Amino acid sequence: MFTNFALIHVQVLLGGLIWTVVLSLISFVFGGLIGFALALAGVSKVRWVSRTIATYVALIQGSPVLIIMFVIYFGLPILGVEVGSLTAAGIALVLFSSAYLGTIWRASLQSVPKTQWEGADCLALTYAQRMGLVILPQAIRIATPPTVGFMVQIVKNTSLASVIGVVDVTYVGKQVNAATFQPFTTYLVIAVLYFCLCYPLSVLSRRFERAYSVSHR
Amino acid sequence: MSAIVKFDDVHLSFGALKVLKGISFEVQKGEVLVLIGRSGSGKSTALRCVDRLERINGGDIVVCGRSISDPKLDLRALRQDVGIVFQSYNLFPHLTVEQNITLAPRWVKKVDRATARAEALQVLRQVGLEEKIDAYPEQLSGGQQQRVAIARSLAMKPKVMLFDEVTSALDPELTGEVLKVIEDLARGGMTMLLVTHEMAFAQRIADRIVFMHQGRVWEEGPRTLLADPQTPELRTFVGSRH
Repeated sequence: MFTNFALIHVQVLLGGLIWTVVLSLISFVFGGLIGFALALAGVSKVRWVSRTIATYVALIQGSPVLIIMFVIYFGLPILGVEVGSLTAAGIALVLFSSAYLGTIWRASLQSVPKTQWEGADCLALTYAQRMGLVILPQAIRIATPPTVGFMVQIVKNTSLASVIGVVDVTYVGKQVNAATFQPFTTYLVIAVLYFCLCYPLSVLSRRFERAYSVSHR
Repeated sequence: MSAIVKFDDVHLSFGALKVLKGISFEVQKGEVLVLIGRSGSGKSTALRCVDRLERINGGDIVVCGRSISDPKLDLRALRQDVGIVFQSYNLFPHLTVEQNITLAPRWVKKVDRATARAEALQVLRQVGLEEKIDAYPEQLSGGQQQRVAIARSLAMKPKVMLFDEVTSALDPELTGEVLKVIEDLARGGMTMLLVTHEMAFAQRIADRIVFMHQGRVWEEGPRTLLADPQTPELRTFVGSRH
């Protein structure tokens, strides 16, 4: 027997939405930490360091997140490493966002004019002082709009985790659909829920873009 | 007299392009040495080597007793002794004039905030811009920005100042105010190494002039050098500027 799509289903979906948010946050926080390290290493003058980073980024960006998830979830157990679906999805999304955030932030660092780096060097600042006091404050301005924009991509890509069994809003949606057989209503509600997460980020991104293009300071 | 900066047979190449082909000269304490020459003669590159913004391939430069090709060189100590002012000012746009000037004294020399501000005011007075201490660089004219950049270098109390075509980005009206600041510094006994295209200025301020041509020191002498060139290259160069 099918039940009709009702308020209870929305509540169940909201329960799934929590995992969507959790997965998004994990991807952004840990992907951000690794991405930041990648960005710093990416601007290194030591050739093999920046080349290694470039290769890593190319590999990750050149394969679908879903496949990375499969490799970790189905592939690692064959090597004797058991990973849960949430862990596998988390790792794959962290790899994904680290590669993209690393690229965005490296480009932002590099778009701070070379003369600013030299100016800081000539004042005898240390590496950390140069980065923290001179380069990063200028790079953050450049990086904010694309970073917030990319967070939207992270949120949407978490839906792939449902394929390997993470109980996120998409996964719950499939179950609701199976129970109600009202795919149009069900998936429309899910789309609205994703929209509610992503739209504020998009607005924020555009606002930053405008704020920073008006004043350079 | 002792040499503050001593170039000794300095060679430098960018790939296959030989930019410096064995240049030697000295800047004595309290002396103003002006480097002149065509674009591409290697004069700016030579200047940048002093602060080790470029790495030399042969010979050596001794700056305040430090060999810049010494693998154990304390680069930050070298850069505290050397002040450099660039063509493009290189002020930090996100910081006020005061923050630009006090950044290095506070973080590198660990001077406390009040002292740093007092010193900032003092160097700003030297360049005639006390009232701009709270302004941001973008609120200043090019000439004012360049004077702040000079003040920022002075705040580190350098033993030698390098000026790399500091008026090239300025229109003639603003050039004068920057050159005046540099002349005041020269009169105050600052050791300076200058690269400039302003021939009249070079003649006024220089204790010695070095004319570079094709990566070599072509002619060297007192400020009267420009009035009495010995080589056809310098004669042509001076002629084209008058």
